[in-house]
Amino acid sequence: MTVNVRTFARLADAATALSQERGARFLAGGTLVMRALNEADPAIETIVRSTDASLSHLAVSSGRVELGAGVTMAAILAERELAFLHPVARAVGGPAVREAATVGGNLFAPTPYGDFAAALLALDATVMLAGGFGQRELPLEELLGRRERGNTLVASVAFNRPAADSLRFVKVTRTHPKGISVLSISAKLPLASGRMTGARIAYGAMGPAPLRAKAAERALEGRSLDAAGIAPALAVAADGTLPADDAIASAWWRREILPIHLRRLLLGAGHA
Amino acid sequence: MKTPIQFRLNGEDIAAFVESGANLLDTLRESVGDLSVKGGCWQGTCGTCTVVIDGAPRLSCVTLAESCSGKSIETVAGLRRGAELHPLQSAFMERFAAQCGYCTPGMLMAAKALLDKNPNPTRENVVDALCGNICRCTGYEPIIDAVLDAARGDSRRRA
Repeated sequence: MTVNVRTFARLADAATALSQERGARFLAGGTLVMRALNEADPAIETIVRSTDASLSHLAVSSGRVELGAGVTMAAILAERELAFLHPVARAVGGPAVREAATVGGNLFAPTPYGDFAAALLALDATVMLAGGFGQRELPLEELLGRRERGNTLVASVAFNRPAADSLRFVKVTRTHPKGISVLSISAKLPLASGRMTGARIAYGAMGPAPLRAKAAERALEGRSLDAAGIAPALAVAADGTLPADDAIASAWWRREILPIHLRRLLLGAGHA
Repeated sequence: MKTPIQFRLNGEDIAAFVESGANLLDTLRESVGDLSVKGGCWQGTCGTCTVVIDGAPRLSCVTLAESCSGKSIETVAGLRRGAELHPLQSAFMERFAAQCGYCTPGMLMAAKALLDKNPNPTRENVVDALCGNICRCTGYEPIIDAVLDAARGDSRRRA
């Protein structure tokens, strides 16, 4: 089956086209959609693209970060001001994938992919949705909860720049140096007078979409980042998760190792 | 429906008609006739189809051919100059970095993209540059050594 490729100069026009055709998919970097096309996915009848320059817009100020949905992992790695995201971007595939893979695409990557989206979740990111009649802002968590429904087009992502060294990330894989996630953990850990205040922890590959570890976040509130302080959080680390059994790992294994890696991450210990 | 596209391939202007939705790998092999590019998985997983587009490594199997209009594409067919092999090719021969050879075109192009940007890479840089390319024969070490040799200018021409 031949697909129809439609390219739009304006993102708003692409959003309109996407919303009007049931079998339409938006093509960003191609690492997911082209794979589906190569497999002759019958659900894809039309490919919608946009050459709108706003997609690759990247702005970093002292307080806020804005990333166009088309910003690639390679572009993030080239931006010194985004050094706190470099470990996350570097975990997305090899260099050839990172040249293509986009921020927006990662938000829709099926589990066990989507480690970058999990990091954005830990950063309390919001997304700007493109539409034919303008844009509207939405918490990323809300988008991830309904991403399977409808042809949503993300224009950009924004979040407050975290304090230096407050974002921690680990990706657990079975192959090195690069492999698909068994799981990933992103944690923003703001400390005030040695106590956690407003911690954000997000998991990749621990559910149908990246998700927040809200029970662990609550258990960390007001605690210190030492073995005794984090024990209550570790006890509820897997609460609310729904990991998959797949070729990479079983759901049981993912739940078993989650507290171990969360412990290492919170204590700042090295990871294999 | 076919779409006309134009791009530069190894320094030559190319015009081709591509099927709507076709990937660059199939376009290079079937429409243009550059058989130096190999297909492995068509999933963006194995790295065998790596080419260099505008100086950056890309997986041609998950690159929409239409998106390459006006771009400069390099494949392994463009590496040698007449009878003279590229230093990477010579180093791969000297280090026995190819056994079955199927991954070699992708390995060479991923390595070329690295050396074009970073002529003096560390071993860690080379490992990262090749981490998206799978080889089931060599165990990787001869390939990494070959890239480091080529960067140091240690490889001698054997062609």
